[in-house]
Amino acid sequence: MNPTSDIYRILPEVILTLTGVAVMFIDASLPPSWPRRSLGWIAAIGTTLALWASLWQLSLPQGTGFYSTVETSAFTIFFHVLICGIVLVALLLSLDTLPEDSHHQGEFYALVVFGAVGMCLLTSAVELLVVFIALEISSISTYILAGYRKNTSRGPESAIKYFLLGSFATAFLLYGVALIFGATGTTQIYQIAQLAATAQNHLFVLAGMALMLVGILFKVSAAPFHVWTPDVYEGAPTPVVALLSTAPKAAAFALLLRVVYEMFPSLQAIWSPLLWAVAVLSMTVGNLAALRQENVKRMLAYSSIAHAGYLLAAFAGFGTSGIAAASFYIAAYAAMNVGIFAVITLVSGYDEKLPMIEDFRGLIYRSPLLGSLLIFFLASLVGIPFTGGFFGKFYSFSVAVDGGAVALAIIGLLNSGLAAAYYLRLALVAAQRSPNTGEDEKAPAPRVGIAVGAALLLAVAATLVLGIAPGQVLRAAETGAHTLQTPSPQPAAPAVSVAQ
Amino acid sequence: MNEINNSILTLILLLPLAGAVLVALAPDRWKLPNWIALLTALATFGLTLHLPAHFDPHQTGFQYAVNLPWIDNPAINYHVGVDGLSMWLVVLAGLLAPVGVIASWNAIKVRRKVFFTLFLLQQTAMFGVFISLDLMVYYAFWELSLVPMAILIAMYGRKDGPKAALKFFLFTFIPSAPLLVAILWLYSKTGSFDFTVLQNNVMLGLIPAAPLFWVAIAFLLAFAVKVPVFPLHGWLADTFSEAPVAMAMVVAGKLGLYSMLRFHIGLFPVQARAAAPYLIALAVIGILYGACLALIQRDFWRLLAFAALSHLSLITLGIYGFTFTGSTGAVYQILNHGVVDGALFLLLGFLCDRYGTSQIGALGGVASKLPRTATLFVIAALAMIGLPMLNSFVGEFLILSSTFSGVSRGWAIAATFGVILGAAYMLWLVQRIFYGPESELTKAKPADDLHFKELAILVPLALLMLVMGLAPSFWLPTIETGIHPPQQSSADHILHMTLLPSALTNSHGEGQR
Repeated sequence: MNPTSDIYRILPEVILTLTGVAVMFIDASLPPSWPRRSLGWIAAIGTTLALWASLWQLSLPQGTGFYSTVETSAFTIFFHVLICGIVLVALLLSLDTLPEDSHHQGEFYALVVFGAVGMCLLTSAVELLVVFIALEISSISTYILAGYRKNTSRGPESAIKYFLLGSFATAFLLYGVALIFGATGTTQIYQIAQLAATAQNHLFVLAGMALMLVGILFKVSAAPFHVWTPDVYEGAPTPVVALLSTAPKAAAFALLLRVVYEMFPSLQAIWSPLLWAVAVLSMTVGNLAALRQENVKRMLAYSSIAHAGYLLAAFAGFGTSGIAAASFYIAAYAAMNVGIFAVITLVSGYDEKLPMIEDFRGLIYRSPLLGSLLIFFLASLVGIPFTGGFFGKFYSFSVAVDGGAVALAIIGLLNSGLAAAYYLRLALVAAQRSPNTGEDEKAPAPRVGIAVGAALLLAVAATLVLGIAPGQVLRAAETGAHTLQTPSPQPAAPAVSVAQ
Repeated sequence: MNEINNSILTLILLLPLAGAVLVALAPDRWKLPNWIALLTALATFGLTLHLPAHFDPHQTGFQYAVNLPWIDNPAINYHVGVDGLSMWLVVLAGLLAPVGVIASWNAIKVRRKVFFTLFLLQQTAMFGVFISLDLMVYYAFWELSLVPMAILIAMYGRKDGPKAALKFFLFTFIPSAPLLVAILWLYSKTGSFDFTVLQNNVMLGLIPAAPLFWVAIAFLLAFAVKVPVFPLHGWLADTFSEAPVAMAMVVAGKLGLYSMLRFHIGLFPVQARAAAPYLIALAVIGILYGACLALIQRDFWRLLAFAALSHLSLITLGIYGFTFTGSTGAVYQILNHGVVDGALFLLLGFLCDRYGTSQIGALGGVASKLPRTATLFVIAALAMIGLPMLNSFVGEFLILSSTFSGVSRGWAIAATFGVILGAAYMLWLVQRIFYGPESELTKAKPADDLHFKELAILVPLALLMLVMGLAPSFWLPTIETGIHPPQQSSADHILHMTLLPSALTNSHGEGQR
């Protein structure tokens, strides 16, 4: 165990932590009257550095550090880059949209960065207690962020709801970890993978896996563990929702991939039908509920549930291709979702004076740029070709068909037809002139600043690149998928007897 | 020359896109968007003319083909090419682009940038559908073609655009879901999206036949909605009456019919033959049903929609009759229908624009006010009816005669009834709009007949109808190379598109006769 090289394996997390601490300290030492906006830039720079550090990790040999608790591999790097990218865009978005006089701006940036630490760590942890700690770091930050607008009625409600249900889910996860530890005598994922195949007290392993899945599926807001999503999204500030609906989900999906493909590949016959059912349920429930929403954020909350369902379809695929498809889908989903929430932040404003679908009427005339961007991101969410959403869906259902889940693919694609109805409704409203022309003056065109412009540009570029030239990202996802496969379980009879 | 031949299809694909970007960037004044769109459309049309000029009718297979890798895994290639089947359709799409621009010239008064950007994007998508030989690329363009259409219907709808747009989008998007699953399933079995590879795999029986039945159904369903085939025509009338003229003239027909020929019959000949009797029945029902409904419409857009249903069903009949003559006639009729419908849409668009109504009852005696409009409309109407010497006559005759001799006399006679009804509703329409006493609306509005720009596009179209009617031999041989399977003789004039054991094919052939 060489401590120096161990540090390199968590370099992005270290950088993010230092950034968060720095932001916190500077915030505390500045006089209260000084503007805190520059802290956001510090956080953004720290995140960019962390992103570079993750890319630099590509030069490290694949392996684990800190007594086999964290791993560096193409898989973890893929998700690190993705999460850092999302956090960067969310920070840039907040920079221009958080009101100048809002309290605790410094804390906001620090919390976002600390959340990123947890999410990044979650993707690289290969030991279940580290997984738990990472999950808690990211969750606690997001609980606070969800209730950031505490002088509105919905803000605290959102935070409390998220906190209560979230802790409940974490408890499930922890209980699952305990059961698995009881059954196998270890919390190291590779060892569990080897033992799980031959473990004699199968029931504990199964129960442990089921409980862990409940905890993780809650975090990705898959039905039937989705009920918190619309309320939390509605109450949280929109820049936070941009983060909340993507980055923690990406981390949780990485964990899910690790749990099912790396820890329990031997139990595929059991988790595969479970995830099949959850996928179908998520997309159907999400889409049917989204059809009836009048509030844009609630509609997108249900749409994110549906997207979790499309993503879970990839889990019906065979090992490597399934992982690659899921990873790619997360990237595509993150790009377009962050983008659309950025547009909505600008249109609705931080105080959300215009939260309903009807309020978007005539957006394309008020602000041609934001209107076209809204339609563009909606087109990507529908899955129109040459956008990231199309390839994500295509790849996900393609591996599902390949894995023999033709019915799932048909249900999924019919669902995406259903989804087109509500996305299109918003797009059409935005493209329609409001009947009384005086209204245009009441809601002036939002201004697009440098930071938020950069955020939008990044989101648009990512969505287009993933739709037109997805080759490189696909290859990265595939390389990552290859590193996730554990060596085939060896007969480990003595180890099992130890576990007894 | 080779350089041009290799890149011509890509150029045709990219030029409208470049035009769209240019329109989006240019300022919206001095009718600049209109001019850029018109020049782009004319230039694209010029490029498409390169295809027939250098097409080698003796060579089999796809010409001007380009096959470049795009994504390694899944293996998607940028594979484009045209044969006798698709080449003239590309030219037709090129021809209708300037027609569409002219039709929108005065009709689109606001937000011209949005309109022409999306219009040109739609052109790219359509060219993409006609030339793609990789199923994924094809599917991408197929889906892409829905978006500009839906947005434009929503924005420029005459009464209730958004509703019509939603109806159109859902009607055409939902059947694409099974289509994509079917394509993905084929890929999982063969590891290729390439049309020729898949065709060979299916021919050689490398794909299990039982699921192939469902795959073929999925393909057929998606195409049948787009044509539309009775009873999937629910979106058509609303779209015709709401869509801007330039979009309505391209929405129905050729994309779906071409896809049927290429990807349904072309890939799954056995399954297509099995489905043929049902489709023939539906087509004949569609011919009669469309014609009957067209007779009772009070709105000329809806009349045109049901007339289109009737005519497109006739083409479907020709395609699924599985006779060589019928298929050739069907492709020719797609071209005719495009030209005639383009002209009719243009003229009715002017009437709608000038009188502010599409109610037939509100018009009357227009001929005395607008003699040039009336003359050209009568020519187009006669062409649509299928008057000898004009283009539709050739196509309809080929389809009906081959149905009579090669498929079934009963169906042929029933279909001919539809054609007679077609004469009735078109002539009645002409009479009600252009002749008879002048209505109050006609009296009230000042006469403002077709101007130079409109004439410059309509007169060539009218001449084209005449030339296509008089000299079909200019078009038919190249079309036949696309219909005619290279390995087989056409001695029995039955369309063999399969290399399966001849016993099977023959028994089917006998059944058809």
